[in-house]
Amino acid sequence: MYAIDHHDCGTPPSTSETLVAVDIDGMTIQVPEGTSVMRAAALAGTSIPKLCATDSLKAFGSCRLCLVEIEGRRGYPASCTTLVADGMKIRTESDKLSQLRRGVVELYVSEHPLDCDGCPADGHCELQDMAKLHGVTDNVYAEGGRCPERITHESKARVQALMTDESNPYFSFDPSLCIACSRCVRACDETQGTIALTISGRGLASQVSASAGESFIDSECVSCGACVEACPTAALSEKSIAAFARPAEKSVTTTCAYCGVGCSLKAEVIDGQVSRMVPNRDGDANHGHACVKGRFAYGYATHPDRITAPMIRAKITDPWREVSWDEAINYTASEFRRIQAKYGRGSVGGITSSRCTNEEVFLVQKMIRAAFGNNNVDTCARVCHSPTGFGLKQTLGESAGTQTFLSVMKSDVVIVMGANPTDGHPVFASHLKRALRAGTKLIVIDPREIQLVRTPHIEAAYHLQLRPGTNVAMITALAHVIVTEGLIKHDYVAERCEKEAFEKWSKWVADPRHSPEATESVTGVPAATVRGAARLYATANNGAIYYGLGVTEHSQGSTTVMGIANLAMATGNVGREGVGVNPLRGQNNVQGSCDMGSFPHELPGYRHVSDDATRHLFEGDWGVELSDEPGLRIPNMFEAALDGSFKGMYIQGEDLAQSDPNTHHVVAALSALECLVVQDIFMCETAKFAHVLLPGSSFLEKDGTFTNAERRVSRVRKVIEPLAGYADWEVTQLLSNALGYPMNYRHPSEIMDEIARLMPTFHGISYEKLDRLGSIQWPCNADAPEGTPTMHIGSFVRGKGKFFVTEYVPTPERVNARFPLLLTTGRVLTQYNVGAQTRRTANNVWHSEDTVEIHPHDAEVRGIVDGDWIGIASRAGETVLRAEVTDRVQPGVIYTTFHFPESGANVVTTDNSDWATNCPEYKVTAVQVVKVEKPLDWQLRFRQNRESRLPSRPDTAHATA
Amino acid sequence: MHAELLVRMINQIADFYGSGSEPDVAAQETLTHVQRMWAHRMRRQMVEIGAADPGLGPIARRAVELLVATDAPSRAAG
Repeated sequence: MYAIDHHDCGTPPSTSETLVAVDIDGMTIQVPEGTSVMRAAALAGTSIPKLCATDSLKAFGSCRLCLVEIEGRRGYPASCTTLVADGMKIRTESDKLSQLRRGVVELYVSEHPLDCDGCPADGHCELQDMAKLHGVTDNVYAEGGRCPERITHESKARVQALMTDESNPYFSFDPSLCIACSRCVRACDETQGTIALTISGRGLASQVSASAGESFIDSECVSCGACVEACPTAALSEKSIAAFARPAEKSVTTTCAYCGVGCSLKAEVIDGQVSRMVPNRDGDANHGHACVKGRFAYGYATHPDRITAPMIRAKITDPWREVSWDEAINYTASEFRRIQAKYGRGSVGGITSSRCTNEEVFLVQKMIRAAFGNNNVDTCARVCHSPTGFGLKQTLGESAGTQTFLSVMKSDVVIVMGANPTDGHPVFASHLKRALRAGTKLIVIDPREIQLVRTPHIEAAYHLQLRPGTNVAMITALAHVIVTEGLIKHDYVAERCEKEAFEKWSKWVADPRHSPEATESVTGVPAATVRGAARLYATANNGAIYYGLGVTEHSQGSTTVMGIANLAMATGNVGREGVGVNPLRGQNNVQGSCDMGSFPHELPGYRHVSDDATRHLFEGDWGVELSDEPGLRIPNMFEAALDGSFKGMYIQGEDLAQSDPNTHHVVAALSALECLVVQDIFMCETAKFAHVLLPGSSFLEKDGTFTNAERRVSRVRKVIEPLAGYADWEVTQLLSNALGYPMNYRHPSEIMDEIARLMPTFHGISYEKLDRLGSIQWPCNADAPEGTPTMHIGSFVRGKGKFFVTEYVPTPERVNARFPLLLTTGRVLTQYNVGAQTRRTANNVWHSEDTVEIHPHDAEVRGIVDGDWIGIASRAGETVLRAEVTDRVQPGVIYTTFHFPESGANVVTTDNSDWATNCPEYKVTAVQVVKVEKPLDWQLRFRQNRESRLPSRPDTAHATA
Repeated sequence: MHAELLVRMINQIADFYGSGSEPDVAAQETLTHVQRMWAHRMRRQMVEIGAADPGLGPIARRAVELLVATDAPSRAAG
C-alpha cells in the first residue's frame, strides 16, 4: 500500500508542455497533452474508481472499474488508458457507470473475501474502499449465487493459506488476498527494473509468481518493496504493520540515512513507533522508489545495542563508567583544554560525520575552528570522494556533480566507471536501467563484471575490463582517440574552455604513447574495444559519465577525476540535461559534509582558509579570530598522533578503526591519543580506543537536512525523541559551551539560517522554502531562487573550463612474485559500508559474511575451491576470508567487500593514497592468496561476539538487551 | 611524520605538475599545492628535511628550495 497521505492520480504525469482543455462533469480543467482522463479528473478533484491503476505505473486497463462516458464516443472507455484531447467532454458518474462498476467490484469480492477485521490493510485497502463505495458487502457468487462453478471462499482460502510466502524478512505475500491487478509485476518491471515477478496461470488460476515459481527470498527479488508499495490490498504487505491492523496515525516525511541517492521516505507512526517506511512518490530524488535498506532496514535505530548514556574512562584499559551528560561534557572540555595547554593549540582536532545533518556538521567544524582554535577538521570524504572535490574544482570550478538523477533519461550514451550502481545507488540504477531499456547505450569501465554489464534485460555496449590501478592510462587513451580521430567539439571548447590549457592538453594527449594500442599492455583492454567505446561516447548527442570510488580511491584518484572532466569538456558534454560529470557520492550526507566546511583547508562553501575576505566574513559572524593555516587531514592526524604532536580527537559518527586503511597503523595512532571522544549510536570499533563515549542520535531522532549526490538539500524530520535525550547538534553545542565558545541555537533551522548567511550557494535556502519546494539543489540564491538542477549552463563556475594533462604514473603498489594478485573492493546492495546499521537488521539474511571473489584460474593453481577459507596477505597485514570462485573477476584480480569488522579488509590495505588529497588507495593492493584451514584467532573471537556488546558496567540500570 | 612519507607525497605532487610543464612552473605549482594543502607542521618538517634529501625528484627538490625560502612561521599553532 502506498503512503497513507498519498493522493493517487491514477497514472503518471505527462511531460508535455502543450496544454489541452477538457470538461469533466461540467468543470473545465487544463492539463498537459498526454495526460490520462483519470489523471485529469483527479487533478480536477474527482476520484474515478480504480484498482489496477496507480500513478507510479503506466496505465494497464485491466480492472475495468474506471469506465467513463465521453461525449461523441461509443461505449464506456477506461479512463486510465484514454488520453485527453482538446475539448473532450467527460462524465464520470451515471447510473450505467455505477451499474458496470458495481458488477466489477462484485467479481473482485468473489475472489477476495471481505474479512477486513484484523487484516493489516484494514482502513487503507483499495478494494475495501471500492467495495464501500459501491455498496458491496459480501460475495454475491457464494452458495446459491450466479456463478456456475461453485468455488467457495473457504476452500480456496484454505488452499491458498498454505501458500503464504513469508520467506522475505520484511514482507509477506498472501495469495488469498491478491486480486491479480498486476501492479506488483509492473512495479518490479517499471519502477525497479529487476522484473522478478510475473503472473503465472490464467483466469481464476492467475497467480503472482516470483521468478520461476520460487519463494521471494530465493528469487531474483532484491527486496526493494516496490511491489508492496504498489499492492492495493494486503496481499503484499510489510510484516512490520501486521501487528497493528490499522493505518498509521501520522506520516513524517524525512530523508533516508543510507546512501547518496537520498530517497525521500515517509515514516508512518503508530503508537509512537515507526510502523513502516514508505517511499515518497513526490520525492525529487527517488520519485516513489527506495531500496531494501532505506525501505526496510531502519530497525537499527532502535536496536538494543544503542548507546543511550554517556560513559568515560581515564585509560582505554579501564572499564567504562556511565556518567551524566554534565560530567561527560565537562570532563571532555577540561581534557581538551589541558591537552592544548600542554601540547599546543594544534594538538586537538575532530572529525565530522557524513551521516549527520548539514546543521550538525556545520556546528562541529565551527566548534573546532572557533573553540579549539585550529583547522584540524576532516570528514569521511577524505577516504572516498575528496579527489572529486579537488579534481572538479580545478577543472570545472565546483566540487559537485553537475546533474539531477533523472537527467540520465535524456542521455544517449552513459559511461559508468568505477561504480556499481545496482548495489551502491540502487534507485539511481533503476533510473539508469529504464534509460538503457529505452535505447541508451552503456560503457562500463571496471575491473570486474558488474551486474550492469550483462543481465537478461540489458547489456553494456562495451566493458573495458581494465587492471586495477590503470584508470589514468585508460582515460588518457580514450582522450587520445577523441583528439586524434577529430571527435572534439571545437565550437564548444573554443567558447567555453581556456585556450592555452586545451592546446597544451590536446597536443600532449595526441602523442602515440597514449594510444589504445600503446596502453593495451598496461590496461589489459584490447585497443579496438577502447577505440569503439571512445567513438561511441564522443559521437553521442548526449554523453554522461557516472563514476564512483573505483575512480577516486587510487593514488591517481584526482588525476582520473580531472581526466573525466577533460573528456566531458572535449566532447561538449557539460551544461545541459542528459550529459555531465556525475560523482556517485556514497553517504547520505557526504556531499553536505563537504559543503559545510569539513575540510582542513576550506571554510564552508569550499573557500580556502587563507582567503582573507572569507575568513573575515566568518570572523565577523562568529566573533573570534580564525586560523589561516590549513589543518591536518585524517591520515595526517594519525601521523601526528604517532609523532606525539596530536593528542585529542572528537569523532562524530565515523568508525575510523574499521573504515580507514592499514588498520594496524590506525589502531596504533588512536592508542597514542590522550583523549579520544567518540559520539556514535553504537559501540563501534573506534570506541574501543576512546576515553569518552557520547551517545549519538539516528536520523529518526532529529530535525535537519541532508544533501545528496545531486546537491539536493532535503529535510530530515524528527519522528521519535532522541533515545539518549539529545540530538547530535545539541551535544556539540553543549561541548562548545563547556569549552567557553557560546552556542545558543534553539532549533536546527537557526543553524541553516546562519549557513545561508555565510555561504553564497545557500543564500536562498531556509526551512520555510524547503517545506514549500520539497527540496532544493544548490546553488540557491538570487540568480537561482529555486535552486539549480543542472550546473555550468552557459559557462563553468570557474569561468572557462580548464583542461589538465593527466600523465599516467603507475601506483607504487606493485605486484611481484611475493604478492602476485591485485585485491580490489566494493559493496553489496543489502549491507551498507562498515555494516554498523545493516548488520543490526534482518539484511544479514542476504549477506552474512564477506567473501573473496577469485577467478577459476587463480583458484585452481592454488588448489582452492568454492567455499574454502583463504589467507590474503599484503605488505600491510593478513586476513582470512571464504572464497567464491567466479569469472566476474579477471585472472590476477581478486575482489571483496568489507561490511563485517572480522573480515579485516583494511588490515591488508596499504597507506598509498591520492597525491592531491591523501584519499587512500583502497582499490589496489598487491596480495598473495593461499588456502588455509580456518580464520585467524582474532577473527574467530570477533565472530563469537558478532555484534558489539556494551562492556560490563557494575553499577548500571541500563535498559538494554 | 616520517620523512620518507613526506618525501613520497611531495614527489607524487611534483609528478603531476611536472607532466607537460616547464620544470620551474611545475616547481612553483608544487609549492603552491603544498602551501595550500599541507598543515604548518608538515611544511615545517619538510623544511627540516631539506632540499638535499636524496629521495627528492628534481622538481620536488626545486619546490622544497622555494618552500625553505618562502614559508613564514604560522600565526596559529597548526
